[in-house]
Amino acid sequence: MGKLFEIVNSPIAVQDVINKVIDPNAGAINTFIGTVREMTNGKKTLYLEYEAYIPMAEAQLKRIGGEIKSKWPESRTAITHRIGRLNISDVAVVICVSTPHRDAAFQASRYAIERIKEIVPIWKKEYWEDGEFWVGDQLETKSYPKGRPTGGESQ
Amino acid sequence: MIEILLFASLKEKTGHSKISWDEAPLTVNELKEKLKRTVPGLEEIDHLMIAVNEVYALEGQVINEGDVVALIPPVSGG
Repeated sequence: MGKLFEIVNSPIAVQDVINKVIDPNAGAINTFIGTVREMTNGKKTLYLEYEAYIPMAEAQLKRIGGEIKSKWPESRTAITHRIGRLNISDVAVVICVSTPHRDAAFQASRYAIERIKEIVPIWKKEYWEDGEFWVGDQLETKSYPKGRPTGGESQ
Repeated sequence: MIEILLFASLKEKTGHSKISWDEAPLTVNELKEKLKRTVPGLEEIDHLMIAVNEVYALEGQVINEGDVVALIPPVSGG
């Protein structure tokens, strides 16, 4: 079984990520699957390329796992993010959280994907029919007004 | 010597994925200023996050000999 928090270069087997959080005390496993979307604001994506600062990205994913553990102590979390070239509908990220009751599993997986978009050093390059573009943050503001991602301190 | 890693748009703008910097110790802010003046493609470095040894760093943090610095453009994973 691979690491709980990992960056991979090949297709993600969703069941493998689920298996990492199986727990006899769990009553729910919530699985979030992020996929490559074709149309964004009317613009057609042909494919994407993801790049990561791999050791730091894995450390930041682990940090998110720690944050989830402190908010939902009985949870177990596993996150796998794929990098390299991805085609439309390919799976880019899989987040699995198991908890004793369903509400926490939903909340925690939502929390994880939002934090990934804030603090994990992974970059997406969009290839369109008429060009290519490194996407900044998800709001496309392309800078951090405060100089660092909110809550990204690694203490 | 410190090692500076560049990713994504910065790697393309500068043509480098790694820069060796022969001056340490210095603060994150000092390094930013120097890079801005000397490396074409890093003019907008003020808006970037800096990581030192794989941890996000504050402006005043000191970078020491042997540290690995990463210039982190706005992230877009997920």
